[in-house]
Amino acid sequence: MQANVQQFPPFREAPAHGHAEHGHHEHHEPGFWSKYIFSTDHKVIGIQYGFMALCFMLFGFFLMLLMRWQIAHPGMPVPLLGPLLAKTLGAPAAGGAISPDLYNSFGAMHGTIMVFLGVVPLAFAAFGNYVVPLMIGAPDMTFPRINMASFHAFFLGGVVMLVSFFIPGGAAQAGWTSYSPLATTIPTHGQAFWLVGMVCLITSSLLGAVNFIATIIQLRAPGMTWMRLPFFVWAQFVTAFILLLAFPPLEAAGILQLMDNLAHTSFFLPTGLAVGGQLANVSGGGSPLLWQHLFWFLGHPEVYVLILPAMGIVAEVIANNTRKPLWGYKSLVYSVLFVGFLSFIVWAHHMYMTGMGQKIATFFQATTMIISIPSVIILTCMFLSLWGGSIRINTPMLFALGFLPMFGIGGLTGLPLGLAACDLYLHDTYYIIAHFHYVVAPGTIFALFAGVYFWFPKMTGRMMNEFWGRVHFWCSLTFMNIVFMPMFAQGIKGMLRRMSDGAVNYSAARVPNAIDALPGTVMQLNDWIFWAAIGLGIAQIPFIVNVFWSIGHGEKVKNDNPWDATTLDWQTPTPPPHGNFEHELHVIRGPYEYSQPGHATDFTPQDEPESADAPRTTSTAHH
Amino acid sequence: MSESEQPISLKSYIRLCAVVFFVVLCTTSGMIATSFSHIGEGWTLKVTLILAIAIVNAFLVAGYLMHLLSEKKLVYTVLIFTVFFFAGLMGLTMWAMGDFPVGTITH
Amino acid sequence: MEIPYTVENRPDTGIYNAKLGIWLFLASEVMLFGGLFSAYVLLRVGAAPGEWPHGWLNVTLGTINTLLLALSAITTLLAWAACKLRQFGKFKFFHACTILLALTFLGIKSYEYHDKWIHYEIQLTNGKFADGHMREESKDFDLAKKTGSVTIEGHVVEDRKELMDLRTPEAQAAKHTEITIQAADIKKMENYSPRHNTFTAIYFTMTGLHALHILGGTIVIFYLWGPGSRMYKTDPERFTNRIEVSGLFWHFVDLVWIFLFPVLYLT
Repeated sequence: MQANVQQFPPFREAPAHGHAEHGHHEHHEPGFWSKYIFSTDHKVIGIQYGFMALCFMLFGFFLMLLMRWQIAHPGMPVPLLGPLLAKTLGAPAAGGAISPDLYNSFGAMHGTIMVFLGVVPLAFAAFGNYVVPLMIGAPDMTFPRINMASFHAFFLGGVVMLVSFFIPGGAAQAGWTSYSPLATTIPTHGQAFWLVGMVCLITSSLLGAVNFIATIIQLRAPGMTWMRLPFFVWAQFVTAFILLLAFPPLEAAGILQLMDNLAHTSFFLPTGLAVGGQLANVSGGGSPLLWQHLFWFLGHPEVYVLILPAMGIVAEVIANNTRKPLWGYKSLVYSVLFVGFLSFIVWAHHMYMTGMGQKIATFFQATTMIISIPSVIILTCMFLSLWGGSIRINTPMLFALGFLPMFGIGGLTGLPLGLAACDLYLHDTYYIIAHFHYVVAPGTIFALFAGVYFWFPKMTGRMMNEFWGRVHFWCSLTFMNIVFMPMFAQGIKGMLRRMSDGAVNYSAARVPNAIDALPGTVMQLNDWIFWAAIGLGIAQIPFIVNVFWSIGHGEKVKNDNPWDATTLDWQTPTPPPHGNFEHELHVIRGPYEYSQPGHATDFTPQDEPESADAPRTTSTAHH
Repeated sequence: MSESEQPISLKSYIRLCAVVFFVVLCTTSGMIATSFSHIGEGWTLKVTLILAIAIVNAFLVAGYLMHLLSEKKLVYTVLIFTVFFFAGLMGLTMWAMGDFPVGTITH
Repeated sequence: MEIPYTVENRPDTGIYNAKLGIWLFLASEVMLFGGLFSAYVLLRVGAAPGEWPHGWLNVTLGTINTLLLALSAITTLLAWAACKLRQFGKFKFFHACTILLALTFLGIKSYEYHDKWIHYEIQLTNGKFADGHMREESKDFDLAKKTGSVTIEGHVVEDRKELMDLRTPEAQAAKHTEITIQAADIKKMENYSPRHNTFTAIYFTMTGLHALHILGGTIVIFYLWGPGSRMYKTDPERFTNRIEVSGLFWHFVDLVWIFLFPVLYLT
């Protein structure tokens, strides 16, 4: 490992005409704060994002475990953690049991934290920041200081969100979707904290999006044309555009809701609103539907933000482990562009139940059905990429392979939801929860795990333990399916979401004479799901231990390119120094030149000179 | 150099700016006059006219002061997509708020 | 290691990094204000007939502000041109004008906000409405305890609807006099703050957010005019680019006002 004092100096742009002031700063050893906390190096920022995001995901996971306990055993004190909850949260967790209000706040925050503090920062900011500049042959992002600012805005947003649990009244309780008027009338300032936190997170995303787009457009190495970009970069590019243009209307809506909460305006409060049996002391004249439109204008593109980077990672891992080019590169590129574009005009399929007219519902139904086409094309290309490949099984490949059917299930179960007629029945049931969790949990998160196992050697110079990686995979796959598959059945049977008593008040046991009360079999599934969730949590322990243990004790990589990959991110020293590349880059071929006939090796890096005799200054990766 | 069009001289720029400012004065007066006039029933026609004049105004500022008329294709492309999505946001939301089944909404 | 294209243009795109960056950022700002404008449209279209105010804002002050901002956009462009032509003195002059114009804009805006803050709508116990600017309240004025009195300069109307459209001839003809009202006669008293109705809400929110952008832009331009102008000596081209990029932001803020003014003040 080429560790040297110049590894992570704080980046300061040298002026075009060198100046004495900046001449000698390279030899200055940066302090702890400049190196690890206030770094402007994209690799450090990527790791900062990754670490924080994984911590937030773990926290979100615990919130889910608490909720699943409550669903399976309504009103009963939480074992082990009950006293701690009662001590830290007070009345809402009296006796260690989760009250309905507390359940609601867990639900709202689980969604918010997983989406905005967990998956998006990990998929987009962490992997994007670390890998994209390397893949395009750039020394860093175009705006390193803005990059640093974006991380700190994210961190601040996360702190604000977590702090909201401890204020009187508790955290936001109106779902991650924060519908008005509920979000405005619940007597807590948690919602205001949520809104302020969201403003911080949106700011962070916007700064990041500007950086990514500018970097990908402006800093591609010579010879790196658009159609030679690895698919991961295309995916991040489209994701950045989605974030850039879809987030601001939510920020606008957030400002309006904040005004409703703090300045008592009525942007989203209708005339004649009654709260607690009394007419609310507000001007009225607002529209709750306006919030929904502005929220889902982001909300839908957001789900593509969740999935596209994951698809990018899976594409890279599959190409590398099949030792052949991706099938249909052009189709993949055009599909991902089309998905990004269409994602802006499908949002109201989340609002079929709001009493929309037929014409508008038909419009959104049509665009929603159409957007499934490019998604299917992308998945099909990835499946077809396996055909005739020399498939290498390792942990990243297992997760990438696992992603394919899991995302397939998630995506296909979305089709009935896109059709307005079916959605009227399935809306707000557990079917929805199962659908979107399949896409994000065994979908995106599996892809992210693949990414961690895949790029860990580049970041640290060591491999993660293969055996425990496989244990992590098989246990996660098994438990994910046991947790989420039953929810389809529950949803179709009519079990609604966000019920803190686990729907026991709608069960046949409680109301035997009700038509279509939830049968015992459906209620029984709550118990299975809880234990499967516990299993899923335990299955993550090998992963967490593996990550930390391998940093110091993992098997050292033999060379800079342990996976024998073709993309530029593997043609750097390990870990890459400040500035990334030690030789001048000139890209002369596409990103997936594997198994070229007549070539001595089964892979050819993008920038390797044509002549086989030309000396390479970094990697000595050949057999 | 970072500019394809070099400012030839400050004088020529000041001349351009004087023209732009004069036109802005005219458009602003036009909007105010329209607003206080009695054209059309209610506000619909007035609003349309005023917005049309505002768009002309915006075109001037964007085109000349922001150099958008001589800007690169890349910037144009980003902005065209933005305008499309903004139109979608505005248009589709208004359509949605207007398209309710007969008898299900009070006004 | 140096990041390429911070000053010189990248050949195939023809622009430098910061310029692309600022246009991307402005695209997101279009969507931000676009979201607010669509909220405005929906609230106005959704309001019951007669419930949406007209003429509540001072057109004269709004026009002055419009022209100030237009002028500041021009001085911003001229400041950049001066930099490009390496005429530092002229650059300093033009951007000093920009800053002064911006501060004047903010000053007028504050006056307008204050005007709304002291403008009260008082619902009287006899069913009528008194409406006007508060001159003073007596020392023992307490609405809850019904003691003391307030003096406003305004008028009394029978129906609240008469307060909505100030463009009508009747409203224009209304005489504003000094009226003293006893707390005992007051049923409810509210100033023209954001909560008063959805128009004031969207007015304060949109102009407030716009004013924050003006403030932010002014601070950046002030920094570049003052301490940041040191870079002109060491790297004039890069400095000129910064002036251009901050100028683009400033022009955008002017663009937003070009739509805000007619939408809020003139319709």
